[in-house]
Amino acid sequence: MNYIFYFLIVISIIAGAINGKLTDVVNAILSGAELSVKVAFSLIGIMAFWLGMMKIAEKSGVIEIIAKIIKPVTKRLFNEIPEDSPAIGDIAMNFSANAIGLANAATPIGLKAMEELQKLNKDKKSASNAMCMLLAMNTAGFQLIPATVIAVLIGIGYKNPTEIIAPTLLVTSITFLSAVTLSKIFEKFWEPQKEND
Amino acid sequence: MFHTFMNVISLWALPVIIILILTVGLFKKVPLYETFTDGAKDGFHVAVNIIPYLVAIIVAISMLRASGIIEIASQILAPALNLFNVPADTIPVMIVRSLSGSAALGVFSDIAHTLGPDDYATKLAAIMVGSSETTFYVLAVYFGSVKISKLRYALIVGLIADFIGIVAAISVCNLMF
Repeated sequence: MNYIFYFLIVISIIAGAINGKLTDVVNAILSGAELSVKVAFSLIGIMAFWLGMMKIAEKSGVIEIIAKIIKPVTKRLFNEIPEDSPAIGDIAMNFSANAIGLANAATPIGLKAMEELQKLNKDKKSASNAMCMLLAMNTAGFQLIPATVIAVLIGIGYKNPTEIIAPTLLVTSITFLSAVTLSKIFEKFWEPQKEND
Repeated sequence: MFHTFMNVISLWALPVIIILILTVGLFKKVPLYETFTDGAKDGFHVAVNIIPYLVAIIVAISMLRASGIIEIASQILAPALNLFNVPADTIPVMIVRSLSGSAALGVFSDIAHTLGPDDYATKLAAIMVGSSETTFYVLAVYFGSVKISKLRYALIVGLIADFIGIVAAISVCNLMF
């Protein structure tokens, strides 16, 4: 991440200078910083709502039931996480919310799962295998219906916008399966986390 | 038919989940209001925790987009991708979709509006945008919320999967349209 951060910024400045867009690049610092805070603050309300809902779901045992249903899958993907951890239920809810396109619910629930995984993490500064797996599931962006894309297609008068659903679903499934498989492979070969706290 | 069915699911998913959670909670005698507010109070912390990570990622990506390098990279890649029947207009979508969701959607809308519904580029761009999630944003938010700065293999996996997704989109689109 250190190199990528350095690379992104230095490349931008050099390329901006060559292209005569240095002012734009410098202005982007301000607008980007502003946007970050806007994004974070726009999350507060919806985050609070779903964290509240999830707490009720947890106390009433709903999460536990969901976790039991998907146990066969999570046991393989998250073998380091104890079966009775609330993280398992959160991960299942996060995946389902993503799949049906409820990004607003998926992110807060996913972050709650991260918090549970962090409690089980050996080294609080580095990502555990389980966290990398959860991230792989989320960065792959598995979704049954690409609603925004369809909306754009309808907007330009696309005759049969639903014909895009099947190929998109096929591609997103391939991406998702590769991400999960890659995560499992890397887990075996990557240097393990150091134990400290 | 399938589309209407999915629309009904999208519309009803949230209300049903909320009613279900509340009803089971009430049935199990969970103090609903107290428990809700107790859980909800963490919302602010989480949002504030991710700010430094978001600033790092979003500023770096905003700078990259402003520098014009994405256009240059697109021009360099165009001849090679032409061999695989990839229209040059869709190349910025491939580059930008891991970096910024709003930018990817913006580039896609632009292609859709200028080239129209019958163009191959519109279809390919639609599939590429619809099948992806903004890898850098997800990494910043998820790891930021628990203050993790060593990502280990998470970014590499995300980027390889994104690349596989692009190849899959190109192949599937070639076969179907």
